[in-house]
Amino acid sequence: MSAVVGARPVRRRRLSTTAIVYLVLVAVVALSAVLVTAAGKSFFTAGNLAAILTLMSILGFVAIGQTLVILAGSLDLSVPYVVSTASIVGAGIMAQGTAGILPGVVAALAVSALIGLANGLIVTRLRVHGFIATLGVGLIISGWLGTSFQGSFGSAPPEFRTIGATLIAGVPLSTIIMLACAGLAALMLHRTRLGHHLYAVGGSAQVARLSGVRTQVPVVVAHVLCSTLAGLAGLLLLARTSVGSPTIGSQGGYDLMSIAAVVLGGTLLSGGVGSVLGTIGGVAIFAVLDNVMSVLEVNPFLKDFIRGAVIVVAVALYAWRSIQRRPPRFRKEAGA
Amino acid sequence: MTAVAVQPSLGRRFVAGLGTPSGAVFLLLVALLVAVVVANPNFADPNQLVRFLARTAPIAIAAIGQFFVIVSGEFDLSMGAVIATQVVIAGNVIGQDEAMILPGIALMLLVGVVVGVVNGLLTTVAKVPSFIVTLGMMLALYGFVRFLTGGAATGNPVDSFREIGRGLLLDTIPYPVIMLIVVGAAAWALMRAPYGQTLLAVGDNPVTARLSGTRTVVVKTSAFVLSALAATVAGILLVGYAGVHPSIGQGYEFQAITAVVLGGAVLGGGRGWVLSAAAGAISLELLFTLLNIAGIDATWRPTVQGAIIIAAVALGGVAWRAARKPSAPAAAARAEDPDPAPPSKTTTPPITTTTGEQ
Repeated sequence: MSAVVGARPVRRRRLSTTAIVYLVLVAVVALSAVLVTAAGKSFFTAGNLAAILTLMSILGFVAIGQTLVILAGSLDLSVPYVVSTASIVGAGIMAQGTAGILPGVVAALAVSALIGLANGLIVTRLRVHGFIATLGVGLIISGWLGTSFQGSFGSAPPEFRTIGATLIAGVPLSTIIMLACAGLAALMLHRTRLGHHLYAVGGSAQVARLSGVRTQVPVVVAHVLCSTLAGLAGLLLLARTSVGSPTIGSQGGYDLMSIAAVVLGGTLLSGGVGSVLGTIGGVAIFAVLDNVMSVLEVNPFLKDFIRGAVIVVAVALYAWRSIQRRPPRFRKEAGA
Repeated sequence: MTAVAVQPSLGRRFVAGLGTPSGAVFLLLVALLVAVVVANPNFADPNQLVRFLARTAPIAIAAIGQFFVIVSGEFDLSMGAVIATQVVIAGNVIGQDEAMILPGIALMLLVGVVVGVVNGLLTTVAKVPSFIVTLGMMLALYGFVRFLTGGAATGNPVDSFREIGRGLLLDTIPYPVIMLIVVGAAAWALMRAPYGQTLLAVGDNPVTARLSGTRTVVVKTSAFVLSALAATVAGILLVGYAGVHPSIGQGYEFQAITAVVLGGAVLGGGRGWVLSAAAGAISLELLFTLLNIAGIDATWRPTVQGAIIIAAVALGGVAWRAARKPSAPAAAARAEDPDPAPPSKTTTPPITTTTGEQ
């Protein structure tokens, strides 16, 4: 393998990982269209496309936030509980009627941001690994949710529920909001100092610190944004289900699925490399897979099996590529 | 990693060991035990204690398995799904046929080995992060198990098989306790053997370990196999205890990771003591027992668990960093290492019961 690479010193132009993610997405869409057509149904109907875009929106919010956190070199396992908390807080305040919509949204997002702040401070100040810090915070919240709320709680007024049902030119409003958030996050990452610092800290906190970057700020900001976006996802679920639910986040499995979507989108789990655009591609791949399996009425339990296989195979492909791409500086000696 | 030139006396090492996070968990264990006994004197009855230990054996064994993977610098999230798979295999393959017990156990062990090898090779050869590999394995196994069973309890293995999980040896000691002691002793011996030292080295600094001639692929893959086998043993015990249901084992992966971390092992690998992982699991269960006695709702358990792991890791980090400050033995170790250590995990390890001896 290395001999082949060594024999070709001129580097060919290579596709970026994001381009490959979207090529995979196109392939998945094509395959899905064929399979669905073969089953005597139609894939490219307005209704079905809207269904896919709706599927994308919730996981999309969480995955955008997760991308920021992973890029900064941390991890967020508390998102499902933030989603549930936001839906509970929002529903509790909105139960009083239309006047409660704005306070409900603000309060839900504020609580979410506070949880993110706690995550960020535990990771940076107490120097606890992101995995443990957010697992712990998630468990703390889940204990509170499980103790204080049995079953659904509060309700959303009809005006708020329209957000979940509105289509603009065939595209669900929730997906548009999600894509707007993705655009803002990408802008932040590529056009602001904070974004560049975030990449730097995620790539190597040590080098970033020695270069004069305040390494704690980007990590805390990433955690706050991640939790706030998870809060938005919770509010959106509230708009869709019209009642707050203490288990809606953990049922969705947003912690692990969002991490999987981020990695599927080509972001390195170790931080520092990746993009929001890739993540959206990863989320779209999941949404198309889910949609096709529902249309084809695949056994729901078999769905998980296929999802798991797709995640591992896709990531193995990226990993294989990056091994190939490594410049042949140190050629392997025979027997070394 | 080299042996410190002057070996301190056993007593001094014991006290120094208790100061590290891996030793402190035993202090926590004793403190919790005393607290539980004070709150409920019945608990001091040897029968009660043994029964409690039998109840914690599956999670303690799972924690020991998870320890091998964590100390090598990886994660195993597929543990709970492996337990569920083994439980369902036990229910369906063994069933009511006594003659199938041995082939059934052989099949379960084989499945464990295969899962471990697949996890390990995808992580080491295909270079997929273990978090993703074992997450995929978890989804695949859960999906498969639920697809096979339809999500409901199916099959019930013969009582003689379930005896392993709930029976008593000589009417006094439950088999799970014996199993825990055997697994613990084997794990302790393994970590003292060259294999264990190599595993620690791979977790501490994979590049150095590889350049020193370690076959990282083999070492890490075997850690995943050990983890899957531990999950298999936990599954066999749980069948006896709780019967067959595809939801058995759910959440065991995070509980095992919690126990390992509570036992002072560092995520990212290279540090920890295997019996502390088991002690971490038992401490966690003792804590839950204490909450139970105090009349606190079981729904608060996750909150306590969450607060505990954050506190344990934060304090553990402080202790590890303090142990690196140039006290007498650490300074001796540093003399061999002229570079000032960066504050990451690639530093001279403090003397612990695992790393200081040879």
